[in-house]
This record gives sequence, C-alpha cells and structure tokens, in this order.
Amino acid sequence: MSAATAPHPDPLPASAKREPSVREAGEGNALLHVAGLDAGYGEMQVLRKVSLDVRAAEIVAMVGGNGAGKTTLLRAISRLIPSRGKIDFNGRPLAHATADDVFAMGLVQVPEGRQLFDRMSVEENLRMGAYRRRDADGIAQDLERMYAIFPKLAERRHQLAGSMSGGEQQMCAMARALMARPRLMMVDEMSLGLAPVIVDLLLETMTKIRNEGVTVLLVEQDVHAALSVADRGYVMETGEIVREGSARALESDPEVQRAYLGDVTGAT
Amino acid sequence: MSASPNILDVRNATKRFHGLVAVRDVSFHLGRGEILGLIGPNGAGKTTLVGMVNGTLAPTSGDILFDGASVRSLPAFRRAHLGIGRTFQVMKPFPGMSVLENASIGALFGAKGGERNLRKAREQARESLQFVGLGRRIGQRADALGGPDRKRLELAKALAMQPRLLLLDEVMAGLNHVEIEEVIEDIRKVRERGISILVIEHVMKAITSLADRTFVLHHGEKIVEGPTDEVLRDPRVVEAYLGKKR
Repeated sequence: MSAATAPHPDPLPASAKREPSVREAGEGNALLHVAGLDAGYGEMQVLRKVSLDVRAAEIVAMVGGNGAGKTTLLRAISRLIPSRGKIDFNGRPLAHATADDVFAMGLVQVPEGRQLFDRMSVEENLRMGAYRRRDADGIAQDLERMYAIFPKLAERRHQLAGSMSGGEQQMCAMARALMARPRLMMVDEMSLGLAPVIVDLLLETMTKIRNEGVTVLLVEQDVHAALSVADRGYVMETGEIVREGSARALESDPEVQRAYLGDVTGAT
Repeated sequence: MSASPNILDVRNATKRFHGLVAVRDVSFHLGRGEILGLIGPNGAGKTTLVGMVNGTLAPTSGDILFDGASVRSLPAFRRAHLGIGRTFQVMKPFPGMSVLENASIGALFGAKGGERNLRKAREQARESLQFVGLGRRIGQRADALGGPDRKRLELAKALAMQPRLLLLDEVMAGLNHVEIEEVIEDIRKVRERGISILVIEHVMKAITSLADRTFVLHHGEKIVEGPTDEVLRDPRVVEAYLGKKR
C-alpha cells in the first residue's frame, strides 16, 4: 500500500495533522531526513556517513546484523547521544535539540527490550506516554483507542506491566509510544525474543497504526518480518548503509544475506 | 603431553537462569591449534557458553574438559592458571591504572599459576602489548584509551596470561574495516604460537577468514556445525539470522 492511498479513519489532532505545506515538506519531502551522520561512543565511531529519508505515512525498515549500528542510529536521531551530520525532522534541524525537544516534536522511540515501568499497571504505563499532554479528554479517548488496537491490553489494563508476557509487553510499549501522538514512531527490535505468531500479530498492528497516519521507522534483525510490512528499506553493515530500495526488491536481494552472513558464495 | 586429542571438550552443557534455559545441551570440541568459530543471533547464548568454559558461570549440567580433564568444579582463576584465557565483550580495564599495569595483571593471574615475579610479569605484559600494537601507549592510563585501543588492550590482557586456549568474545565489535583486518592478522599470529582459539563474532569476515570450523547457536541450542563456508550457507543458519520468509 502506498503512502498516498493510506486511509486515515481516525483523524489525528489538528496539531499533528499533516497539511501539505512548504514547511512540512522538508528536504525531498521527507519527514525525517538524515545525511552524512557520524555517531558513536567516545572515540569509538559506530556510524559512518549514514543517510536516510523517511517520508510521511511510510513504514521504513532498517535491517542489519548485530553490531551494525542500528540502535546507535536511533539513539542519535532521538538525541540520546551526540552526532555530527544532518538530522532534519519535519524540516527542522535537530542538531541542537534535546531528547525532550525531539519527543515534544512527535519523534518517539519504542526502545529495544521494551523498557516498561514494570511496577506500574498497563494503564499507568500508557498514561506515562501522554505525560506531556494536558488534554484530559483526548488522553481518555486515546486510551480507549489503544485498547481497541490492542484488545489484550484492555484485558490487562490493571495488571503490572512487568508481569505480562513478552508479546504483551511489546504491545504495551508500542501503545505507550502512541499515547504521545507521535508523527514518527521508531521501533527498535520489536520481534526480539517473541514467538513468530506474536510477531505476525504485531506486524499486522503496525500496518494498522500506519494507516492511521503514523509514520514508522522499524529497526529489525529479522529481515523478512520487517520487509513484509515495510514500503522501503535500508540495509546497514558495520555502521554504513550498504543497500536501500523497495521492500520487495530487498526481499530478493542477495546483498541482504551477504550483509548478515558475509560473502560465502565466492572467495573470501 | 596429554592423551586427549582436543584442548577443549564441552559435553552436554546446559545453563538455566531460573526458568530460562540460556544454553541447552550443547556439545562441541576444539582441536589443538584449531580456530573454531561460534556465531548466532543476539541472545543465542554464546557469551553464556564462554562463561561456562572459563568458569565465570557454573553449568547447570554437563561437563567441561580442558586438556582431557574435567574443570567443571574449578573456579575461574584456577582455570586461568591451567591456561584458559578470555576476553570480555564489555571491556572493563582497571581504571586509574596504566595500560602496562592492566596487562601485567593478566600476566600475574595467568597460566602456570601466574608469573610471580613482577618484573617478569611486566615483560610478559609489554610483549603482548607490543604484539597488539599498543607498544607506544604502555604508560597511558587505560581508561583514557579510545574504543579500538580498549579492544586491543582486552586482547593483550588475555595474551599476557599466556593461555593455551583463548576465548575471544566479540573483539571486532566497533572496529572499522582497517582495524578488523589488523586484528584478524593478530589472531592468525596468535594461532601460529600454538594457541587454540574460540572466536565469537558478528563480523562474518573475521569468521570466514579465521575459523576452520564453525558452529551456530540459536535460542541456546547448537543448530549447525561444520566447515565455515558450508555453515554460513546452510538454510537453517540463514533463517536464524534473517528470519523466516513470509
């Protein structure tokens, strides 16, 4: 499904609505535009000249093996670590923004390993996602919306988040992020440690969320899972983007397997 | 001279953490002078397995034979004395100490009960630091080293122990292409000294250029073992890494 035909059955608040305007467009119509990004930890450089674009209402997959730099990329975009290079969100540079600013602008991360507030109930976790919002009615509506998207969470709304299964926790983490009414939701290793049926269920939900107008950047080790719902994808290897293309093209691209398992078809 | 043809035999090793089985019934062997590769996706149990071999983790069941004798009930420092050295994925140089002092600690706690003579321990340390290319940094504080140099120090610490078996837990992570080539060359030279090596890596280039044989852990179980190039082409391995085709 292309971005242009994605239906918006549940309109977002005016502030988050996507009006086509010059300001909105940003560089090359990208909601998120990253160019020449270098980042790392101390002297250890992880990302080398990473460039990518995420357009509004797209699902973009970022795949690559362990240690490729995928999480570091998300941390740089979220301004959790310093970086050099260009990051524009919605046409505004993020170079000097703080993690808090970025969150307020609608760029929200679902971290690897969920990072829920384990000793809080599901509902309290969801409310934490809305901690910057003051529209009590809107929050109440969104809570119900989350319970409609994730019926399991409705059953468990008063249960401690830490006592749920991995799949339920992942749902809770995604719902918590959505409670912030993000424009771009960045999901880190959604499938990690989850049973394939649960992954498929979450992927279906991901498409639903996109159809409601939320743009998604999906960082995954599980290539086939990510590409099954993505419009486009990027392949990362040792801190660099080595491939980009439509999800369909990447599905059958031997370079993807090479990025994970090395060159074993010819001489090494 | 020992009767066992293998430097290391791991037999049916299982490790449970409460309800979670991190490693289930894994057996493998490492021949003398061999480089064996160990790969597997995130959370496969690779580091847990290394911990059981060097003694930082006790197996729930199964046995670890070093040079033909069980070391299962020996603590980590005793296994180090026997000649099992390892590096850690998360590098922890002793803070406030120099690079040379850090590597000297490796020598003091290494093989044959460790070097008791401090001067000799320093020599041993200096030699391994030169070997990994840190010769000019020996006087520097270890915590002032950058990432790649910390990795080199981690390797030098383990080498200063003068191990007979070296367990390398992701020493390439975070290195660039040039540095990876350098470390691959270093590891080759380590093997030429007769040291047997288990290499855990996500950098496949390192595995393909170093390991004679490779085995794959997935969800704590050994799924494939064999010549490295065959293993990396195996559909089960491809699926473990890339996920199931949808």
